[in-house]
Amino acid sequence: MPHDHDHDHDESDGHQHDNELSPMAARVRALETILREKGLIDPAAIDAIVETYETKVGPRNGARVVARAWSDPAFAEALRSDATSAIAELGYYGRQGEHMRALFNTADTHNLVVCTLCSCYPWAVLGLPPVWYKAPPYRSRAVIDPRGVLREFGLELPQETKVRVWDSTAELRYIVIPQRPAGTEDLTLEQLADLVTRDSMIGTGLPKVPSPT
Amino acid sequence: MGFGPINPEPNEPLFHAEWEKTALGLQLSCNALGHTNIDANRIARESLPPAVYYASSYYELWIRGLEATLKLHGLVTDADLGAGHAVDIAAKPKYILRAADVPATLKRGGPCDRPIATAAKFAVGETVRILNFHPVHHTRLPRYARGKTGVIEAVHGGYVFPDTNAHFLGENPQRLYTVTFSAQELWGPDGDATSTVSIDAWEGYLERG
Repeated sequence: MPHDHDHDHDESDGHQHDNELSPMAARVRALETILREKGLIDPAAIDAIVETYETKVGPRNGARVVARAWSDPAFAEALRSDATSAIAELGYYGRQGEHMRALFNTADTHNLVVCTLCSCYPWAVLGLPPVWYKAPPYRSRAVIDPRGVLREFGLELPQETKVRVWDSTAELRYIVIPQRPAGTEDLTLEQLADLVTRDSMIGTGLPKVPSPT
Repeated sequence: MGFGPINPEPNEPLFHAEWEKTALGLQLSCNALGHTNIDANRIARESLPPAVYYASSYYELWIRGLEATLKLHGLVTDADLGAGHAVDIAAKPKYILRAADVPATLKRGGPCDRPIATAAKFAVGETVRILNFHPVHHTRLPRYARGKTGVIEAVHGGYVFPDTNAHFLGENPQRLYTVTFSAQELWGPDGDATSTVSIDAWEGYLERG
């Protein structure tokens, strides 16, 4: 949620007075203080968790999975039959990626992932979910009006393209494997991964097309 | 329609305030204390008054839910929260997450698959009907699918049953299925003619169609 106060200052600044904190910043600080005083949390663990998702676990992981699937038919097949193991081979597993399933877009089928009940998201390959994925408009509308939702992301699919929506109601986590763009035959794995956007792995976008050289 | 436009934010930052980072770290640290589970965390958030739930951002829901689960298990009290400091002595946690253990803890995650002895009741391609029930307890059966007819898309193994796990009534693993519905089955004649919606549903949610 954006800052909900109208004066400009950094909530992280420890020098400010408590009465300048936003209500949520104050509430979280109070809870953190209580838990620290009771010895229930290790402040360094909190930093380590945040750092993990800031620097190690993000959509680049998923982009590498997609790039590999585009380049290696045996890996694509493994991804199809046991996505959790195939993705773990690349070193990506763990929290909110324990049970993975890969959804392959084809010429006539487009896949779209949502969690209508809360905000389930494949953290291990995509990192932390964006705000819109967690907010009521996307969660409520992706199932009933997927084409309208895609249009809001600038994606107009032909009417004959079948849209398959996957509601993450259990502990399976879905990653969309978009179609490989044309003209990418000579690219390396890392160059291919550069084309794979986060949204293309949720289904609300398509991969970038390579810029002409 | 519904809750309005989606408004994706260009170049969205990972966090929108410093307190969101703390909220993430607190929630994941507290999960390690051993008193709760993912389903119990979900119902703690879902049990917030609807007006609060819909007006709260994601991390705000986490913090409100976290306070509720910590209180439920005697780790934090209203007196603590009122004072903004530790006033009462906490119940003893099973485990405290230290920084050195963070990488292994996140890599381990929380697998929810469990062995089950019973054979699958339904097969891929079979038509099933979703039971129509409206329990007072937690469930992961979305309301829009209740009473609807779909086709078994995939048969999975056993998974922790959230309807009981959320209330600390046991994991009671059941077989999980992916069930696919036509959009028109769910939404009527206005549903998109070529679209489908799939859910993951526990065996107890299904009957033969």
